Amino acid sequence: MTLQELITELDLIVLTAPRDFVAVTPRGGYASDLLSCVIAGAKPGNIWVTIQSHMNVVAVAALREVSAVILTENARPEADVIEKANQENVILLGTREPSYEVAGKLWELGIQ
Amino acid sequence: MSSTLQELYGRKGRTVTDRDAQEITRVEEVSYELKTADVMNRDLKCLAPTDTMREVFELLRVSRISGAPIMEGNVLVGIISQEDLMRAFANNDQDVPIQQYMTKNVITVKSYEPVIKALEIFARTKIGRLPVVDENESLVGMLTKGDITRGVLVAIQKDYQEEEIRRYRASHLFEDITSDRTSLILRYKIKSRDFNNGGQASSYIKRALLRLGASPQLARQCGIAVYEAEMNLIIHSTNGGVLRVQVEPRRILMQTSDDGPGIPDIAKALQPGWSTASEEARSMGFGAGMGLVNIQRCVDKMDIDSTPGKGTKLLMEIHLDPDEKFKSPPDTPESPGV
Repeated sequence: MTLQELITELDLIVLTAPRDFVAVTPRGGYASDLLSCVIAGAKPGNIWVTIQSHMNVVAVAALREVSAVILTENARPEADVIEKANQENVILLGTREPSYEVAGKLWELGIQ
Repeated sequence: MSSTLQELYGRKGRTVTDRDAQEITRVEEVSYELKTADVMNRDLKCLAPTDTMREVFELLRVSRISGAPIMEGNVLVGIISQEDLMRAFANNDQDVPIQQYMTKNVITVKSYEPVIKALEIFARTKIGRLPVVDENESLVGMLTKGDITRGVLVAIQKDYQEEEIRRYRASHLFEDITSDRTSLILRYKIKSRDFNNGGQASSYIKRALLRLGASPQLARQCGIAVYEAEMNLIIHSTNGGVLRVQVEPRRILMQTSDDGPGIPDIAKALQPGWSTASEEARSMGFGAGMGLVNIQRCVDKMDIDSTPGKGTKLLMEIHLDPDEKFKSPPDTPESPGV
């Protein structure tokens, strides 16, 4: 399933600059708000679900090469975080739903 | 575009230069490597044989497509195109069912077949779109020449970027320079509590290593180790500290040093989950007590030298396999993520 399809299915808000989301195919996912756990547990290409929305999310996402980050419960990054994410080619998506629901839906859509 | 593709697309009459010839091989290669499933359009817009030609008109107009598969339940029974629509409208047959105008013997291509197969079909039959079916003959996508062109271009663009990266890599830095000992030192000052710039140094270091020709896996390993060390300085150090990375042909040495507060109990600090991070750091998702554990997993050797009240020195070392040196191609197969 492409990121574009995920964005449509989960009704996600694209927070960073628009990209060709059809060309991005997330492989598996990881949900955690503890950055060191993400560093250790997430795999390149994963979609990362978290409520954290500060600058270090971008650093960890770039370092771990995740395909996209879903910021849950309406967590909104500051403008400089979005700018940094665009520079680092990190895709930030937003939703009002909590991480548990988002992870459940991703799993049901086959992101396993 | 390759001569082969030009021929397949029916455009001829240009002399193929040596440069073209070089590109041809890669375009052809890509056409063999890419599967139809990689480039097809998965957003299927189908109609039923009993729908009317007027509905075809509406679908093609609204979806801005030039043809659509006709499905009876889950079975592909035909295909309808703009040309069929024009024929029907010329006969004033807007309200007749699609089955009167659709092509019934549909040529399909398998989703696991290479793109070149689809190109051959396009060249042979002059049809404009191909339904793509899986091993159970179920329709999974539609393919036009435009989809193929786009897919091939994306693949070649990716190649080109990789080639550029390869060219930029200063592998000669280590291969052409003769000395008794060659090393490159990268040094970064890290400020205490500067959460906003956390991860900046490790991201620079990772990029530098990739440019030097390190495999993506090696660059990631170093990036993670350095990130955790960098965050430790930001979270715990009194006055910040220095991060120093020394790149040599056979090993990478990474080191942080600060002047306090020091670690009272190193054994405890090494336990997974143990942390002294502040409430501020914890609220940002730090302080999982996994930093040093993560570092240990990424490096071959780790040493902590710490005196309470004086400071901490953290030494990390990664040994490079002789064939993992800075010559390894960028597409070195990856081991699973750390």
